[in-house]
Amino acid sequence: MSQQVSDSGVLLNLQGISKSFPGCLANDNIDLQIREGQIHALLGQNGAGKSTLVKIIYGILQADAGTLHWRGEEVRIDNPGVARARGIAMVFQHFSLFESLSVIENIAIGLRGSGSSGKPTAQLRNRIHDVSSRYGLPLELDRPVYTLSVGEKQRIEIVRCLLQSPKLLVMDEPTSVLTPQEVATLFETLRKLAAEGTAILYISHKLDEIRALCSRATILRNGRKVAVADPATESSESLAAMMIGETATVLSHDNSNSGSTDKGRPRLSVNNLSLSDGDSQGVALQDVSFDVHAGEILGIAGVAGNGQDELMLALSGETRITPAAAITLHHESGLQAIAQSSPQERRTMGLCVVPEERLGHAAVPDMPLYENALLTAFKRMSLSRAGWISKAASHEFARQIIEKYQVVCRDSDATAASLSGGNLQKFVVGREIEQHPDVLVIAQPTWGVDAGAATTIRRALLTLAQAGAAVLVISQDLDELLQISDRVVAICGGRMSATYPAASLDASTIGILMGGGELPSSGLTT
Amino acid sequence: MNAEMLLLTALTIITAATPLVYAAIGELVVEKSGVLNLGVEGMMLGGAVSSFALLHLTGNAYFGILGGAFAGIFLAGIFAVLTLGLQASQVATGLALTIFGTGLTALLGKSLVGVGHSGLQKLPIPFLSDLPVLGRLLFQQDVLVYGSFLIVPLVAWFLYRTSAGLTLRSVGDSHDAAHALGINVLRWRLLATLFGGACAGVAGAYLSLAYTPMWVENMTAGRGWIALALVVFATWRPGRMMFGAYLFGAISILQLHGQAWGIRVPSQLMSMLPYLATIMVLVVISRDRGKIRKHAPQSIGKSFYPTT
Ligand SMILES: Nc1ncnc2c1ncn2[C@@H]1O[C@H](COP(=O)(O)OP(=O)(O)OP(=O)(O)O)[C@@H](O)[C@H]1O
Ligand SMILES: [Mg+2]
Repeated sequence: MSQQVSDSGVLLNLQGISKSFPGCLANDNIDLQIREGQIHALLGQNGAGKSTLVKIIYGILQADAGTLHWRGEEVRIDNPGVARARGIAMVFQHFSLFESLSVIENIAIGLRGSGSSGKPTAQLRNRIHDVSSRYGLPLELDRPVYTLSVGEKQRIEIVRCLLQSPKLLVMDEPTSVLTPQEVATLFETLRKLAAEGTAILYISHKLDEIRALCSRATILRNGRKVAVADPATESSESLAAMMIGETATVLSHDNSNSGSTDKGRPRLSVNNLSLSDGDSQGVALQDVSFDVHAGEILGIAGVAGNGQDELMLALSGETRITPAAAITLHHESGLQAIAQSSPQERRTMGLCVVPEERLGHAAVPDMPLYENALLTAFKRMSLSRAGWISKAASHEFARQIIEKYQVVCRDSDATAASLSGGNLQKFVVGREIEQHPDVLVIAQPTWGVDAGAATTIRRALLTLAQAGAAVLVISQDLDELLQISDRVVAICGGRMSATYPAASLDASTIGILMGGGELPSSGLTT
Repeated sequence: MNAEMLLLTALTIITAATPLVYAAIGELVVEKSGVLNLGVEGMMLGGAVSSFALLHLTGNAYFGILGGAFAGIFLAGIFAVLTLGLQASQVATGLALTIFGTGLTALLGKSLVGVGHSGLQKLPIPFLSDLPVLGRLLFQQDVLVYGSFLIVPLVAWFLYRTSAGLTLRSVGDSHDAAHALGINVLRWRLLATLFGGACAGVAGAYLSLAYTPMWVENMTAGRGWIALALVVFATWRPGRMMFGAYLFGAISILQLHGQAWGIRVPSQLMSMLPYLATIMVLVVISRDRGKIRKHAPQSIGKSFYPTT
């Protein structure tokens, strides 16, 4: 490149960065320049190498080849401590939090060495209160992190980084589980930071976000830099085309729910489910009741931390509920009260669950994909006989998922932790859908997957419902809920709103429901 | 059973609990940093033999205490080099350390067997020691007993009130997340392991300087294992650990005095009790997912590989 002038204002300059993992070249000779005050997007499909590149910038991974210049001076970033000392902060795609520590302790320790005592003092408490209310990211400071949902964890990561007043802020899919309102306030904050000179490297699959926020975009494909563009002058389609390398297939999938107005009979009923918060400090569920019918998708909207987690745990069987009839499955043969059954029993009865946290909850990080497939599917897909595992069948099932959902990975022997975030998401979602459950409960189905894969997943959910299954989707992504659900209900403070046909709602009316409000014309409820 | 006898029993309970307090508080800090060192018994023996040898050579029991602490640090250092530096399995290395310590101390202590010395002096605290009952119980003790009263609140304060303590707990919770914050995981674990070694060494020193001022082969008699059980029994909380140490100390004393008082419980049953109690506590707390999740160090026993 000839115009490689080391002019002032360039904060970070990457040249020829390469990084390979066993069996895969994740970054191949990548150049990237970020200026002070610039909001720079890093785009690419799942597995394109975005997270790998930012981990190299932050010192978690070491590049095999290539150089980094910080303000024109060549630097080696051997570990995250070095990066932090330079003023680099990072929001991780798979959060990097201390689960057994409280929220405030997590933040305090993240501020070590940046002029803070690294102790949860009253002063810090006030500062966090200020910042989190200003940014519209509420936090409950004394809760241990393991009790929080992914949306709340994402807020901690963001607030922790913002408090560090970094010079370069790297954000790896920071808005993947935030609600639109939270995203809007966050963007204002980011723009303000940029105006004050902070450089921001921003990774997201939501192209309209990128176009609204970023002034420059570097696009990766298969580990290579393929283009640098100005997102404001590009359309979402043209950006997607650059990422995929061909003109994008039509991604919009209109589901006006034409055929599904005649609902089938109920498949899953939740009847007056109440759950005290006990000492786990969660949200108490209060008298939650709803039905999911055969052939429909019911969407649950809500700001993270309003009882979705508790509901998920109750549905999956990780928390048992009395009376057993609080959750019932409807079969041809009659009703089955399952609120006391174990997750495995529920799977056998036809209820499959995809929890929101893919790494560690939905999948065992250090196990290969075929074993992860086996773990939830061994009964339904008869992957084991008389207690003996059929390795061949497990591999076959895993391969089937990998192929159908285009999971980029070495093969079915790759460990779950070695997959990129979006690819693992495709795998854990595919694993449950391919078991063809009668009832599927799924949280954040498209967390962190690229637009193409999101369409694949949504289409698979619709197909599953059309085949007669009842699907319950909990999601922070309102567009997604409106697009695929037949009916939508909101959860707020552990209480459910009335249920509305998706066609009668839009983002702002759902917003009202999510805040615990009611819609004026209640004639719409079903 | 009169008041004097009760007081004497209470005094012996304190002597029985003190070595447990030192060994367990050290191991608690080690485990809070994410390291599982099963070599407590070996390190205690190392401390016991070295402190007695130093007492024998110098005639000064305080040198003995220092010697015990350094012997513990030395043995813990070997453990740290193997597990933190070379990423050997912590469980296997810890067990080996105990076996090694047992053998080595038996060899080194050969010439000390049968030697007698007056042990650690009592240091009555002026005025306070004149208090009725409490004075004799708490304020006419030796320096190690006073130290054991102080070390537990100090460690609790360190772990839960200082930023260094927070860092140490964070390293034990998730070494990857700690590394991502620029925390030097191995250094913190090294420091914690050495502290644990020093504490185990002092625990051993107490046995050979104060409890029974002499050296006998394998004189720890399983106290290192009880200390390990104690940490789990206490769900990694210093306050409960102190309580547990006194409880287990009391059990072992009752086992001795029981026969004198005509209580006929098989002594095997009594020596089983600490472990039985630990298992019962484990069963009880395992019903409460939150407690374990909150207090147990999540990355305990796992080796940390800085990524490349
Ligand atoms: N530790 C690892 N071991 C082996 N392969 C890895 C490892 N980490 C990443 N990879 C591979 O490197 C490639 C790039 O992964 P990366 O996480 O950078 O993708 P990404 O662009 O962030 O994708 P996503 O949008 O899904 O998060 C993927 O094919 C992934 O399987
Ligand atoms: Mg990624």
